[in-house]
Order: sequence, then C-alpha cells, then structure tokens
Amino acid sequence: MAATEARTGKTRYAGLLGQLAVALCCTCVAAVAATLPEELAEVMYHSYDGGGVQVTGPALRVRKGFGTDFSASASYYVDSISSASIDVVTSASPYTETRKELAASVDWLQGDSLMTLGYVGSDESDYQSDTVSVAVAQTFFGGMSTLSLGYARGDDTVSRVDTDFEDSISRNSYQLGWSQVVTPKILASLDYEAILETGFLNNPYRSARILGAQVPERYPRARNSHAVALRGIGMVRDNNAVELGYRWYRDTWQVQSHTLETAYVRRLRPGLTAEVSYRYYTQDPASFYADDFDAVFEFMARDKELSTFQSHTLGARVTWDLGRSLGPLQRNEISLGYDFIRFDYDDFTDIRNGELYGFDSHVFQVWFGGRW
Amino acid sequence: MRRRTLLVLALAALGGCAAPQPWVAPYERETLADPMMLFSRNAFMDKHRQHVFDVREGSRGAGDGDGGGCGCN
Repeated sequence: MAATEARTGKTRYAGLLGQLAVALCCTCVAAVAATLPEELAEVMYHSYDGGGVQVTGPALRVRKGFGTDFSASASYYVDSISSASIDVVTSASPYTETRKELAASVDWLQGDSLMTLGYVGSDESDYQSDTVSVAVAQTFFGGMSTLSLGYARGDDTVSRVDTDFEDSISRNSYQLGWSQVVTPKILASLDYEAILETGFLNNPYRSARILGAQVPERYPRARNSHAVALRGIGMVRDNNAVELGYRWYRDTWQVQSHTLETAYVRRLRPGLTAEVSYRYYTQDPASFYADDFDAVFEFMARDKELSTFQSHTLGARVTWDLGRSLGPLQRNEISLGYDFIRFDYDDFTDIRNGELYGFDSHVFQVWFGGRW
Repeated sequence: MRRRTLLVLALAALGGCAAPQPWVAPYERETLADPMMLFSRNAFMDKHRQHVFDVREGSRGAGDGDGGGCGCN
C-alpha cells in the first residue's frame, strides 16, 4: 500500500523511542524529593493536521503502585496516519497506515533514590523498534537538588513494503540532568543528552535532486548529537506561574538549532487552570543537504527536516478538576490542548510552483485522568 | 609564621569543602509543591506535543517529550 511513497521521520521517530525510554525514567523526578509517580489512569485522543498529513488516535496509560517502594506503568498508543505531504505528492501517491506502540516501566524507590527500568516497542509495516532503558535519580542537599542519569539502547529494523530491502539501526542514548530549588518560588533544571546512532539513518523511500532529476538519498551511517537544555519556572504571584526554557543542539551532520520556549500558567479558580505558551525554533542545515544538487556527492539529502527553517508555535491548554470520583477513580481531571504551528523553510522549494515551502499545523489533544 | 599561614590556608580550604546547607527550608516549599510548578504539568500530553516537534525538526534530546504521534510526513 505504501510501496513508493516518500516517508520521512521514521528514523527520527525511532530515535524518539530512545528518548521516550529515558524520559519514562527521568521525567517523574521531582526536584523537591524522590517520590514514586502517582497512581494514575489516563486516556487521550490526539490529532495532528498540517502539511497534508493527518495523524489521529487514542492513547492509554495506567500506573499502579505496589507496596511503598515499587510502581509500574503500561501504555498503549495508536497512530492512524493519512499522508499527502509535499514529499509524497511530488514523488508518489498518498498513503494510509497504522503504527502501534507499547511501553512499560518499573520504578523502585530506595530512600532518596529512584531507579527505573523501561521498555518501548513500536511496530508498523516497514519499521520496527525496540528500546530498553535504565535510569537513576538521586536527591541531595535536603531535597534541594536532584541528579539524574539515564541510558537507553535501541535496535530498529528498517524496510520497504514494496521490496525485500532491510537494514538496521543501533542507538545509544546517554542523559544527565540536574534540577535545583533556587528560591522558595523558583525551580531550575539543566539537562544534557548525547545520542549515538549507527546504521541506515535515511529514508528508504525519499529522493534527493541533482539538476532537477530525482535520485535516492545517501546519508552517513553514523550520527552523534549533543543537546543541552536550561529551564526555569517560577511562581511570580499567587496562582500565576511563568516558565522559560532554552535548548541548544548540535550534531555531527552539522545540524545546529536553538529552541526558546515560554509558558504562562494561571489558576483561574480552584480546580480550573489555564495556560498559554509560545515556542520558537530555528535550525541550520545538515552539511549534505541541498534543495537541488549540481553534481553527484558522496552524501545527499533533501529532507526538509534537515534544511534551514524556523517555526513558531502558539499553544493553549485548560485543565478542569472534576472534583468527584468515578468508580474506583478519584480526583478526576480533564484537559484540552491546542497548538498552532507555522513552519517556514529557507532552502526547500515546493517543486510544484517553484516557491519556498511553508505550512500551518494544528494539534488537538483531549485528555482524561483519574487517580486511584 | 609560614607554618601558621599554611595551617590557616588549609583550614580555609577545608571550610570551603563543607557541604552546602539547604537555603530553602522544608516549610518554605509549599509553593514548589504546587502542580503549577511542574516543568511538565501533564506528562502524557507533553509527550505527544513534544513528539510533534521532534519528528519535524532535525534536533532531538534533552527535552521532556518522549514520543506520541507518528513522524511520517
């Protein structure tokens, strides 16, 4: 069904599974004290629409504690994809497919240490990925500081649905984080992550261009990346919080990016919270990216995600505490989220009209969660 | 005299190695415990949101996002 479509993001997605595994381990760590994640049952419907791509589906996650020291979670995620993106419509025909993802993790709390083991598996018609991870977080200085260390190993299989092509990717992710109580009303965190990948890192469907003629892309078989993020959040007034963040990224393909984020959170009344956010992203291209090459090179890419571009995101989210129990679930909440994203590319041409490409995206989320 | 100076310097150095004391007492952390003060106020939603960005950008890592949504274009 998807024999000749140009697809992007598969390899990139698999890399995210590694981050998922590490994040499963590290994001539950509070700066104040080591605690087990709260018991929670969640269900979410998500929707993305932009650039000719629609992705929708449900997501479920359940977390349960066992005794005072252990907690376990399991999640299931479905993406139903319908794609007529610029990559697809300029080289093949639209396609639909489904991706399913299973994840599980176990947490073990020992004093001021929280240890986590995680697994994430993803399956679709031409891409399989398995990632395992381990992480530990330790609080210091009377709960003022938290140091977290994480490692994830991913092994992926890349194939095409129309041929017997098959190759593999190996991925090692290392994460180091520090979160700090700065004042009674300010928290800060500093995170570093290195990701080392080897294998078939490009898309087996997509093409580069040489003087207008389409040829298969050729990527290096290794990519090492470094990312550093600094974040802070403060309660500027009662029931009013402001968050700021910056991330710097660089890899051995010479891709470099800067990300700025800010959010304003306000409790409108007890049980009703609203927040608005803005995100700016700018990126330099990979050294082997070109919109249209003038000769044959060892490595050639025309993935717009490796080009020069900027994006702006405006987001909003509202969360209600329903304030009553539903069966075994208590403290039930509903959240609605929306983001508008604008992408503008500086050196990626829409070959249908010869103009630089850009598009708008809309992201919707509906979430329900209940505590045991 | 020189020995005394060395002793003073050594004591000063040891003093510098003393573990820092928490400057925010536990009873001052009520605000920090507010759910509004979490970097990710809804991890499940943020995971999906961050993934939307990650699969459309050349960067990855050091974020609190962790998947959700397909990266297919």
